[in-house]
Amino acid sequence: MTALEVRDLNKSFGGLRVTRTVNLSVAPGERRLIIGPNGAGKTTLFNLITGELRADSGSMMLFGQDLTREPARRRAHLGLARTYQIITLFPGETLLRNVTLSLLGLSRLRWNPIVRIDRQSELLTKAHAALARVGLGHLAERPVGQTSYGERRRVEIAMALAQSPRVLLLDEPFAGLSIDERRDVLTVINDIPRDVTIVMIEHDMDVALEFAERITVLHFGEVIVEGTRAEVVEHPRTKEIYLGE
Amino acid sequence: MNRAALAIALLLLATLPFWIGNSFYVNVATQMLIYAIFALGLNVLVGYAGLVTLGHAALFGVAAYAGATLINSGHGHIIVAIGACLATLAVAAIFAVLALRGTGLGFVMITVALGQIAWGIAYRWISLTNGDNGVSINARPAPFGLSLESAPALYWATLVVFLVAVVAMAIFVASPFGASLRGARDQPRRMTALGYNVWLIRFLAFLFSGFWSGVAGLLYLYYNQFVSPQTVALSASAEALLMVIAGGTGTLLGPIAGAILVIVMKDIASAYIERWNFVLGAIFVLIVVFMPEGLVPGVVRLCRRVIAARRPRAPMPVLGEESGE
Repeated sequence: MTALEVRDLNKSFGGLRVTRTVNLSVAPGERRLIIGPNGAGKTTLFNLITGELRADSGSMMLFGQDLTREPARRRAHLGLARTYQIITLFPGETLLRNVTLSLLGLSRLRWNPIVRIDRQSELLTKAHAALARVGLGHLAERPVGQTSYGERRRVEIAMALAQSPRVLLLDEPFAGLSIDERRDVLTVINDIPRDVTIVMIEHDMDVALEFAERITVLHFGEVIVEGTRAEVVEHPRTKEIYLGE
Repeated sequence: MNRAALAIALLLLATLPFWIGNSFYVNVATQMLIYAIFALGLNVLVGYAGLVTLGHAALFGVAAYAGATLINSGHGHIIVAIGACLATLAVAAIFAVLALRGTGLGFVMITVALGQIAWGIAYRWISLTNGDNGVSINARPAPFGLSLESAPALYWATLVVFLVAVVAMAIFVASPFGASLRGARDQPRRMTALGYNVWLIRFLAFLFSGFWSGVAGLLYLYYNQFVSPQTVALSASAEALLMVIAGGTGTLLGPIAGAILVIVMKDIASAYIERWNFVLGAIFVLIVVFMPEGLVPGVVRLCRRVIAARRPRAPMPVLGEESGE
């Protein structure tokens, strides 16, 4: 059984086809990298998988369960989590509250209008643990507005990991980071256990190739190459797209 | 410090009819409490859900009309209260289903349209609402045998409901659902990806907000003993919205401060200033210019600045002094 299976996925915005009959098959525990030039449709593919965009046609399966008709919010409950290329946190809240909101998303407690959220010890313990996992345990009470860009990137990952996903989609987790921050984020990602399947979009080839086991190359919304690192790097189409040879 | 301030405030509120003077001012205080409850309810949507509405006077009015109709049909207080609240919740649910199809400006415009429909029904469906003449009730009901005829009695009854509303709001805001609502306001897309049903969160918030608007509407009926189309007019919705915005959205005390400001201008300042509307408008402009976050957060900010300015600063180290040069 595959962790994530995408079959013949198509999406158009008006006359512009942004996803062209995309097929993707990711094995459980795999580290998959998706690369491609700007405008290749990588983030659109993530948005289709998470349900933020509706596909025109095609299907998606998560560990054998059909996701195609499931609304975006249900996909999170089925074990799909993501981070965003443009950091999407709750700016007025602390790091702890950000991760707490992530945990609440999968808990029935989110509907409770009576109990105090800051007295839910089990929830808070889990939130602290998720922050500690990305090396931000000491900043739990700090507002997002007072943290660095690199720390915010790690909060994004902490929020996704807090939900104990089965498949994690990372959308350019190294974008805009300094060399030191990239190293920190890579350590966090490499420490994620194998029971979490990871699909990552990334432009930074040095870091990304270190991470990836298999690579999918997208171009104009179409999968043009897929294979191991060596296969993709040596493929003439990859060279044509990236080097113009 | 906070507990002492709270205790003093409660004591002042509870004893207000004894020290404020005559029943005119007791009635003004009652109105302030009624509109504070209304503004607190509206603040759930405007402040915590980020949904600006201009149709909430309709919900306030539905409770008042439903209450008046039930009282005139000879029903007791319990039936009147339950009936008015259920009618408000039913109308709030219809409003929410329709208005939540849009967000931002779309949401505002749909609530304006719905409010105008309610006003049209109040004005033109004469067999139901008595049209422009409105509906009167002969006497205030006596819940649990307690007469509300005197100004202090109605004030105390309203104060109890007001305190329940404040406590309910404080609990709501600090709850997981309150946090979810603020999350849906700030990052709806992220909230959906995290597994939240953003639409349902907003729908339930609309009902909660509508419920308190209805409670305020029923108290307004008890106070005024009369309800007319003016109660559900667009200007009434705008006035309530201004209370929330002027006091400070997304805060507990802001809507209360806004309600006090508007009622003081309407009921007290208007006796001395002929063009009190102009003065009220000028006050709003000043608030927007100098305290765009609202009166309560703005005053807190200014106080902090003054305290920080008065705090003695540590002397600047003289260059070279530490190294003994």
